[in-house]
Order: sequence, then structure tokens, then C-alpha cells
Amino acid sequence: MSKVIATLSDAIREAGLKDGMTVSFHHHLRNGDFVLNMVMEEIARQGIKGLTVQASSLFDCHYPLIEHIRNGVVCRIETDYMNGQIAKAISEGLMERPVLFRSHGGRPAAIDSGRVTIDVAFIAAPASDPMGNANGISGPSACGSLGYAIPDSRRAKKAVIITDNLLPYPLSPASIEETDVDLVVKVDSIGDPKGIVSGTTRMTRDPVALTIARYAAQVIEHSGLLKEGFSFQTGAGGASLAVTQYLKPIMKRLGITGSFGLGGITGYLVDMLEEGYFTSLMDVQCFDLKAVESISKNPLHKEISASRYASPLAKSAAVNALDVVVLGATQIDTGFNVNVHTDSNGYITGGSGGHSDTAAGAKLAMIVAPLFRARLPIVVDKVLCTSTPGSTVDVLVTQRGVAVNPQRKELKDMLKAGGLPVYEIEELKQLAENYTGAPKPSRPFGRTVAEVEYRDFSIIDRIGCVER
Amino acid sequence: MNIVRLAVAGTLESNDVLVSVAPGEGRVEIEVESIVLDQFGENIRQAAQEVIGEIGITSAKVRLEDRGALDCTVKARVETALRRAGEAQK
Repeated sequence: MSKVIATLSDAIREAGLKDGMTVSFHHHLRNGDFVLNMVMEEIARQGIKGLTVQASSLFDCHYPLIEHIRNGVVCRIETDYMNGQIAKAISEGLMERPVLFRSHGGRPAAIDSGRVTIDVAFIAAPASDPMGNANGISGPSACGSLGYAIPDSRRAKKAVIITDNLLPYPLSPASIEETDVDLVVKVDSIGDPKGIVSGTTRMTRDPVALTIARYAAQVIEHSGLLKEGFSFQTGAGGASLAVTQYLKPIMKRLGITGSFGLGGITGYLVDMLEEGYFTSLMDVQCFDLKAVESISKNPLHKEISASRYASPLAKSAAVNALDVVVLGATQIDTGFNVNVHTDSNGYITGGSGGHSDTAAGAKLAMIVAPLFRARLPIVVDKVLCTSTPGSTVDVLVTQRGVAVNPQRKELKDMLKAGGLPVYEIEELKQLAENYTGAPKPSRPFGRTVAEVEYRDFSIIDRIGCVER
Repeated sequence: MNIVRLAVAGTLESNDVLVSVAPGEGRVEIEVESIVLDQFGENIRQAAQEVIGEIGITSAKVRLEDRGALDCTVKARVETALRRAGEAQK
């Protein structure tokens, strides 16, 4: 038997794709992805209409979706994150049916439980053999972990591997296994390496971000969680990433070896693994070339599926074993609810990703953010969109001080005793407004353009249309 | 002070404002474009007006392209642009 199909066009037909079905895509190729666009273009050419696109994330490169929506090829989008032109168009009312946002844990939970049916999963694979054993670690479009594609491959009625690097059978390691794969298509290129991972993740030199990171590391030190076996997740941007640079000397001074680093993995966490600060990394997504290289050769650097990363319905998931997570925010309100879906003007610019999952799972969920960004205070009375409920957020760290969720009184006492500048969150809001002035409330929003499904499947908030 | 030439001050970096000044037609015209227009449009205009009044400008075209500057930044950029555009002072 052969699963290798000559053209994408034949594969779409062979997979039995019909009007109204659901197609899925993963986002490991990030803003360098060619696969979603090439598949949707071919689907449009075949005249198939009314599809649901089930994508783990959408980036600026996916702007051709806008035309497919206008032409009726796509009538529904479900995703964990979106930015760029597609996000702007959705915010301005492009779609009749609201987008459904899930989290990186909620999505695999919905897929594994059958709440979401994927008719055809189109899985971009940097390397595959003719039977569909596939991984992300070699080839011109190497991206490292394929964690977000694994639930789709297991549950989709048809799974189609799309690769530009067909290797002899049996490919090992196999992130995606042949037992789950129906068809394999070889194409010229699945992505632009420049957009897939950053060459190196650069450490910020912004003094505000560095101050926030230094406070954040001190919060961890005094949280009571920094002890043998400590586990940690942080983001790849600005202050979040810089926390690692301040945490390292503290761990060294205290002689602590952590157990695992989790999440999207950067070269900085790889360094900490190689230098013995952690004994393993659990990697659902590689952010830079150093992480890709490490996952391909270091057995202590493990790929995990999105389900194992964060699914609330899994028998257990890594987020539940997490001590500390460092997260960002576009807004946080005085009830500690966090917005990572929209900017301060209400435009969609992101999504939960793993934000709400890690906040719910970790013992300490920390938000790092400057007091204000481009004159807009980060602390507001009410966030424009609740992405992560305040009940799961423990502390806000800014360049001027930290605010502790009133539910965490003992944490507040520990941080005070550790010498950190502890304020009420209302005081941080006032401090910011002393510089910026009080912002005029934004205009009312129109009809719902997106719904945010929390990891328990309840709709936690709705995002309104921005009228221009 | 009279505005006699085109001049600019500032940048389009986040947290800054680019101010352009040109000779006017007998009155002061202020144009504000901002990423925080809804939240702070009035504050920005007011800050510019204040500086223009203090320096005693009665005829100028002033354009602000704001990227989230604080009032102190807006005022400093407007003043610099006006002085660059004004008659050389003795």
C-alpha cells in the first residue's frame, strides 16, 4: 500500500472533504507557515464551501483567509490565538458567525472528548516517511516540537501529512505515528524558515522590562516555592524571558536544582537545562533554533502533546505540576482578571494560548507588565475581555512594585517580609494614572465577533465589533 | 515668535510623538493623530495648545503624530518643533 499522493488536490479529494466540514491546522510553523494557505487555496479552487477552520493559532501570514471568508469557503473559525490582518478584519466584523477562542489546553480537551469533530487534519511536517511517521526536528522547515498537532492527528477522521522532506521508512523519532495517518503529500516547501523560529531569542535591554524581571525573580524567591524540584514556565518576550536571567543566580546561590521547565521553550531554558538548573524540559513548542537543536539531540528535552501540556480533561497534565508561571497581559483589572485577547482599543491582537491553562494549574501565576504602555495604563477598572479569570491569578509585577491577589494573604505577607514593594492593585493603577492621566473610556462595541471559551467549556467573555 | 519655516521634532517610536510645524494662515491649526486618540485625544491637543500659547504663536500649522507620548513629552516636542520653525532669536 502507499499513502503518498501526488498532489494536494488529489489528497483533498481522497480525504473526502465536502461542504460544511471541519479542517484543522497546527501553528508550529508560526508566521512562516505555507500549509494553511496552500490547502485553503486548493479547497477554494475545488469549490468546497462553508468550512470550519479549526486552527491552534493564526498569524499575519494567514491573511488569505480573509478572501476565503468573503467568498463563503470558510464560515467559521475556531482557534486559540490570532493576530495580524485576519484578527483586525474579524474585529471589524468580517464574519457573520463569531470566532470561537479556546485555550491551548481547552482545544485538545475539546478534540479528545469528541466535543470538536475534525473531518480532515492537514498536518505540516518538517520530516515524514511515506507511511506518515513524522517529526519536526529535521529538514529545511524544522520547527522542533509538533505538540499542538498530536491531538489532531489522533482524533481527526482523516489525517493528511504535508511535508517538504520525505525520508525513508521508518522515520524515528515519530511525533506523529503512522497508525494515525491516512495520506502523505510531498510539496516543494511547507514554510519560510525566517518566520518559523527566531534565529536566537534576544534578551531585552529595556530597563523597565529588566526591573520588572528582577522583581519577578525576587517574588519567586520569596514565594516559598523555590526549593529542590522547582518547576517553571515563562514566555519568550521582554520581561517574561528576562526573568530567567535573574532567577539563575538566585537558584545558584540557594543551591537549588529544578525539576522541569515547561511550555514554549527558548534557548535560555535550554541553557538552564544544560547547566544543570533543571533536570528536564517539557516542550510543546520551540521558539528558537537553539530549542530546535536541543530537542533533536538531548533526551532530557522532551516533546509533549498539547493534551499532556494543558488539557483539563486529561487524567493529568503538566500544567498541574507547575510551581510558577510568568505571564503577560495587555490589561489587568482590579479584580486581577487578565486580558490577552484584545488591545486597549478592543481590537483582537492575540488570544489565550496557554495563559488561562497555566494560570489555573500553577501554584503561583504571576503577571509581568509595565505600569503603562504607550500611555495606556495596564491596570484598569474592568478589562475589555476576560481571558484569564482573576481567581487564578496570584500576583502582578510592575516596575514600581507588586500587587498580590487579596485571596493570597499569606503570599502578600511573605513578599513583604522579603522586602518587595507591595501595593494594593488600586494603588498601582493610581500611580500609572499620575503619569498618563485618566483614560477616557473606550466607545461602546457592536455585535459579538468572538466568544472566549474557558478551559471548562463555559463562555467566559465575548468580544464586540470595533466600528470604524 | 513667528513661524517662518517647516520644522519637525520627535520620532514615531512608541511613547513618543512626531511634531511637524509649518507657517500658518493667520491662525493656529492643530491636527492630532494618535494610537490613543479615543482615550487621550483631548489631553494631547490641550498640551500642545498650552505650549503654543506660552510661546505666543498666533499663526501656525501644527501636526502631531502621536505614539502614546506622555503630556511632558508632547509639550517638549511641540516646543522644540516651534523653536526650530521660528525666526532666529537675538
